[in-house]
Amino acid sequence: MTTSRTISLTINGEVLSGEAAPRMLLADFLRDVLGKTGTHVGCEHGVCGACTVIVDGQAARSCLMFAVQAEGADLKTVEGLANGEELHPLQKLFSEHRALQCGYCTPGMLMTAIDLVESNDSLSEEDIKVGMSAALCRCTGYEGIIKAVTAYAEQVHGKPVSREDNNG
Amino acid sequence: MADTMPSYIGRSVVRREDNRLVRGAGTFVGDMKLDGMVHVAIVRSQLPHAIINGVNLNAARAVDGVELALNGDDLKDVLPPISGMQVTAPKTWRDGMDPRIEIPDQTLVPYDKVRYVGEPYALVVARDRYIAEDAAELIDGDFETLPPIANAEAALDAESLVHDHLPGNIAATLHARKGDGEAALEAAPRRLKRRYFHHRYAAMPMECRGVVAEYDSRTDSITVWSSTQVVHWVRREVANALDMAEERVRVVAPDVGGGFGGKGHVYPEDILVAYLAKRLDRPVKWLEDRHEHLLNAAHSRDNLFDIEVGFDDDGKISVVKNYFLVDSGAYSPVGAAIAGNSIAHFMGPYDIPHYEADCKVMMTNRTPNAPYRGAGRPEVALAMERSIDLIANELGLDPAEVRFRNMIQPEQMPYAVGLPYRDGVMIEYDSGDYPEALRKALDGIGGLEAFRERQKAALAEGRYLGLGLGCYVEGTGIGPFEGATVKIDSSGKVMVATGACPQGQGHETAFAQVAADIWGVDIDDVVVTVADTSHVTMGYGTIASRSAVTGSGAIQESSDKVKEKVFAIAANVLETSEADLELRDGSVGVKGVPDMSMTLKEVARAALPGWIHQRPEGIEAGLEGTAYYEPPTVTWAYAATAAIVEIDAETGAVQIENYVEVHDAGTLINPAIADGQVKGGLVQGIGGGLFEEPSYDEHGQLMTGSFMDYLLPTASDVPPINVIHSETPSPRNAFGFKGLGEGGAIAPPVVIANAVCDALKPFGAELNNTPVRAEDILNILESGAVAAE
Repeated sequence: MTTSRTISLTINGEVLSGEAAPRMLLADFLRDVLGKTGTHVGCEHGVCGACTVIVDGQAARSCLMFAVQAEGADLKTVEGLANGEELHPLQKLFSEHRALQCGYCTPGMLMTAIDLVESNDSLSEEDIKVGMSAALCRCTGYEGIIKAVTAYAEQVHGKPVSREDNNG
Repeated sequence: MADTMPSYIGRSVVRREDNRLVRGAGTFVGDMKLDGMVHVAIVRSQLPHAIINGVNLNAARAVDGVELALNGDDLKDVLPPISGMQVTAPKTWRDGMDPRIEIPDQTLVPYDKVRYVGEPYALVVARDRYIAEDAAELIDGDFETLPPIANAEAALDAESLVHDHLPGNIAATLHARKGDGEAALEAAPRRLKRRYFHHRYAAMPMECRGVVAEYDSRTDSITVWSSTQVVHWVRREVANALDMAEERVRVVAPDVGGGFGGKGHVYPEDILVAYLAKRLDRPVKWLEDRHEHLLNAAHSRDNLFDIEVGFDDDGKISVVKNYFLVDSGAYSPVGAAIAGNSIAHFMGPYDIPHYEADCKVMMTNRTPNAPYRGAGRPEVALAMERSIDLIANELGLDPAEVRFRNMIQPEQMPYAVGLPYRDGVMIEYDSGDYPEALRKALDGIGGLEAFRERQKAALAEGRYLGLGLGCYVEGTGIGPFEGATVKIDSSGKVMVATGACPQGQGHETAFAQVAADIWGVDIDDVVVTVADTSHVTMGYGTIASRSAVTGSGAIQESSDKVKEKVFAIAANVLETSEADLELRDGSVGVKGVPDMSMTLKEVARAALPGWIHQRPEGIEAGLEGTAYYEPPTVTWAYAATAAIVEIDAETGAVQIENYVEVHDAGTLINPAIADGQVKGGLVQGIGGGLFEEPSYDEHGQLMTGSFMDYLLPTASDVPPINVIHSETPSPRNAFGFKGLGEGGAIAPPVVIANAVCDALKPFGAELNNTPVRAEDILNILESGAVAAE
């Protein structure tokens, strides 16, 4: 076992550091070392998307990264979405559109959706379905999730989401 | 109900759970971190069937950071097995089903042999999970392999036995009779005989299982946090295994990330982790990883049916003979309950005078089989609803027409089925209009005739469209009981605790709606506690679509007890008679006199023990009541489903164009929650119908050990779904509620199979097994093409 080292990174605008062995997953580092348990772990092999966080502006599976790979990175996690009591617009939409039941996949869904919407300004509904297929939900059947993300895309980009498939 | 009712029941109140969950601020078992906590890794069998000659722990014990390593021998005289009878059945059910039930006990960590891939045979406790897993890798088992028993049919004739005391590998047999099946078959103008197979699949919640336990040596008590649907069962089994008073065992299910039945019984790890916490006197945590979950968390379904149906030239069914085998895997944690459901639900919404059922629950070398959303009903819906389509084909009738001709008519309600339910009461469907549900479903897909024309036109263009129908009934809200405690303390808030254990159903919100209506208070003045044995003495849990009915009943009955005191004390203080009082806006007031009232807070203070109380003679202090609601029997939810599919002739893929379910669960507490429950179930059913299957190779190895092989539906797999809610109240409870958690998952596999067969009718296709695979469809298309040449 190689010795632990100190990892420093920015999470939701705050510089934090903690000890991690080289093999420690970023998900475990966030949860067990830094106490940021909002990021959940559903499969530990990169399929379910529950552990999705935003690393340097891009959605990433924190179960497929080592903590050491995040040294110096700028992370956004679910804990950074709300502003105190005030929920992030997408969090409000998730509740309004019944996009969650047990809430286990929700943090990963939110981070996946934020990356999808904020990096694409002309999403169709089909794009949203395909994009959100990066994360699994076992409770809702996805209808509420698609509605919430569609409404969020319309808010962010100030125009309706096309019902047609952009890719034909 | 309160006299001036704000009526929260029936409103889609926003869930109070959401705020914490969208922030990632819920607490799931995996989020818990206690001082000095150590971590468990479990070593699981890679063989389906083998004698254990020895398990060497030395290398694991030598790893720096390992606290403890144990094998089955270390535990066999320390911890008793889990009884094969976690679930009991009343005598009247046993009289009606003639059961022979010998469900084997489950040793927590076997010492003699392993019986399925994934069964624990050793464990390691270490400072962190990484070290525990490293050490687990070093544990060597010396095994002598035995021939694996791959499925229920093979188990019947197998020379080897999964459990030595179960000859023929039979764990249970059930029989049921209505009328005279043999004579009715003899007399039937036509007969249809088929074999159907409903494949195995699994609940697969996004949160795997997990357990944390902490022992307190000062009070000799233990707290167990488990991702479970049944905290009171876990308490019972932990207390039994550790020989502790139940009072000294507290079990809590914190936020639970889905369950769907898969967390609905006691597992060995619930007890092992509690034992380890006591033995080490340190908090202990075990988290199941996804691979373990796929191997070891209960699978479900897996039934093989041999069915014979007698009917006449009009398609009217006179008799069904139902012989089936359940592949229960190596254990059967809830005994014969699923098979009992299958027997009871076979005839669904149809009026069939004669019925015979025989069932064997078989032991095989597969993962144990336990209830999952639908629990015995999707299996029989496959056999019944496929049979109806085949009858329609034989007679040249539309499948919809054959259903209408056989359905129980609304004027036949309540309808006596002639079989006992699992609660021992003879089944009587309580309310509903089954033909109307089917009519609405057909309207929902644009009308039957319009579709048949579209289908014909499409076929002329070489496109294959099909209509699949599926109808079912579901006994919901089963007993034996649920508990609730209701209190009004001196804050004036209404506090409700029930034995229900939600896993995403929004119980904190729904029960707040129910209690707010019962008390006539603002919903924000209701505090709801769920899934904690310290808040309600006896409880049952959230399984079997039961909590809306049974939890609400318990809240109502305990509230009634508290209300008696509230009225007695208020009458005393207001110097009036109880009969003149009413509940209104959080107060008790004199009817017709708006300014003569006292708040519940004032009543609660007047009810306090001590020198300044204002209780009348004979009224005990405090506003607190506990009741155990024992429902008279189940309520009957039902649905009719119609879906249109198109087959991609190139790939064999099934595209669902439109899926409509008309669902009736009586009065709905929170329509948006109810809608989410049905749709969530539907998508699980679509997953089961098309993608999901734990597949084993010929050596009994599970080939689907990750989410790359076990495919769950994703957002892009989901078709447009329209759920139409009818609300025929149940006459069996004060609210008119029926249960609904499972329903959506029942029909999709057979609806898809029926739709695909309808689309491929020109090829004479029959698909009587699930899942419906693209390769099966391509085979049909190819064989048809050859035949046409």
